[in-house]
Amino acid sequence: MIEWKKYTYTFLITAVIFITAIFASNYFTQKRINEIKNIESRISVDILASETQFSLLSELSCKDIGNSFLSQELAELGDKLSYMENNRGTDDEEVINLKKYYSLLQIKDYLLMQKVNERCGAKTLFIMYFYSNKKNDCPDCQKEGFVLTRLREDYPELRVYSFDYNLELSALKTLINIYDIKDEQPTILVNDEVNYGFKSIDDIKEIIPVLKEIDKQREIEKTFQATTTTF
Amino acid sequence: MPKILTYIFLFIALYIEIFFLITYFEFRKKEKSTKTKIFKKLPSVSVIVPVWNEEKTVLKTIFSLLNLNYPKNKLFIFIVDDGSTDKTWNVLQRFKNHKQIKIFKKENGGKYTALNHALKYIDTDLVGCLDADSFVHPEALQRIVSRFEDPEIMAVTPSIKVFEPKGFLGLIQKAEYILGIFLRKVLHNLDAIYITPGPLSIFRRSVFEKLGSYRHAHNTEDIEIAMRMQKNNMRISNAHNAYIYTVAPNNLKVLLKQRLRWVYGFIKNALDYKELFFKPQHSHLGLIVLPAAGFSIFATLYFFIMRIYSAIENMILKVKEIYTIGFHFNSFNIDLFYFNTSIIIFISMIAISGVFLTIMVSRYLAEEKTKFGFDSILFLIFYTFLSPIWMIWALYNLVTSKSSKWR
Repeated sequence: MIEWKKYTYTFLITAVIFITAIFASNYFTQKRINEIKNIESRISVDILASETQFSLLSELSCKDIGNSFLSQELAELGDKLSYMENNRGTDDEEVINLKKYYSLLQIKDYLLMQKVNERCGAKTLFIMYFYSNKKNDCPDCQKEGFVLTRLREDYPELRVYSFDYNLELSALKTLINIYDIKDEQPTILVNDEVNYGFKSIDDIKEIIPVLKEIDKQREIEKTFQATTTTF
Repeated sequence: MPKILTYIFLFIALYIEIFFLITYFEFRKKEKSTKTKIFKKLPSVSVIVPVWNEEKTVLKTIFSLLNLNYPKNKLFIFIVDDGSTDKTWNVLQRFKNHKQIKIFKKENGGKYTALNHALKYIDTDLVGCLDADSFVHPEALQRIVSRFEDPEIMAVTPSIKVFEPKGFLGLIQKAEYILGIFLRKVLHNLDAIYITPGPLSIFRRSVFEKLGSYRHAHNTEDIEIAMRMQKNNMRISNAHNAYIYTVAPNNLKVLLKQRLRWVYGFIKNALDYKELFFKPQHSHLGLIVLPAAGFSIFATLYFFIMRIYSAIENMILKVKEIYTIGFHFNSFNIDLFYFNTSIIIFISMIAISGVFLTIMVSRYLAEEKTKFGFDSILFLIFYTFLSPIWMIWALYNLVTSKSSKWR
């Protein structure tokens, strides 16, 4: 006599475990999305505050405008978004919305930093990077991602703004039109100059010579430190 | 697609694990309330020991049989030298006048022929086999025989432990054999034992009278005879406290060959007895146990291939990264955001908890001193890398129609 009951109970227990796992996984994913939303809203407030502060104080108080704010937070947000994209897929509606907002924040930050550069003579370094997530569309984008991540780590003063070329966002389209960027990724935009194709670390140092100067400066500091330690 | 397939595999694996655990705990309750009957008149027993080049271990095996707590006038030992080329036959000569022991020598023909050779001379109530690399616990036979008090029971299997496990492979096999004790107990509860292993499985003599002698059965006569019995609705029981100690291979090559023979033998016999699968008349054996055994081979392979694929993918990515930006240590990020909380991780965690519980129950059944041992840890880490090797090999042999060998 077969105990069908046991087969059914086992099925129910297994199903309950599966459903619980699905719920638990969704709960943590939702938590992540909320965390990204929180970071985005924090950055948005920070940008707005900086813009307002900038308008209120005008040229006289350039020293009050911080140069390194947001850079780290934007980078962290970018990393988290790319993690979500890998896990949930590039087609996920929620991830796309978060990416749109992230792109907007990057543009706003870029505009603000440009103003700071113009008015205060600051020398913030920018790279605008356009990539594509479509399958087989940009085989070099992964490599370019490695290069820019490494540069961002090595040079905290460098701001890398990354944009999905195919993202349906009017502000992004306007940016693409202004610089007349063709649909060829990877694309790097530095000081209004558009560079197509993969660019290695050395190539980028050629495009942004300041990075070489920073290297030299670091070398001098290192030698100086070594000399003082010897004495 | 692979994600859905992974979910399906995980669901089935979890289902089987839960089914077996429920069965164990369900019967544990019942067993506590039932008393074991003891024979008034013990049946006579013959144990066949087939030997082939076993000069080093055969004496220990025979002495362990002679030390069994069983009436001497009811226990007979039949040693069959299957054409050994070493000094085994000389070693056996010391028993030629022993009252309980009969020794035979024949041309080499394989284990099943040695067993059949001895079967012709046996007229005891019960008959069993003991491999010459195994040693019995003094109480093992009494415990096995007590199971035959139930007239429906036609064969009884013991619990097998590794004899003095040594080294890395020895410890992994120790944990594996202990888990085997749990599994055999569950299969017993389900009336679905499909292997009567070489180390002291005991049968009623009538089994061979009704079903015929042992067969070659792809060098796994112990699987075939059990499947033949199941096909003929003969019940097989298990005495989980009847311990037999077997020498486990300490060399990877020997271990692989042994496991290849087991897996290949199981698949071939399963194909020979495919009518047992998914048939309600064969109850749990047909509905869950045999399909689960077949599934375990494919699931092990699937997860192994997925792991290899993912490792290669990560390696390619790393090589690409090094090639592009040079060697660079990525800073370790302990942000909780990056902790993997996918469905697969949750299910795997539950399945692994089930494995932990199974290991603890197995060790309790095996009367081990600790709930968890170093051998269990090694088993958990390395078994999933080892077992796919012989499974892939067995499937390869199956596809290329290459049969497995004893040694």
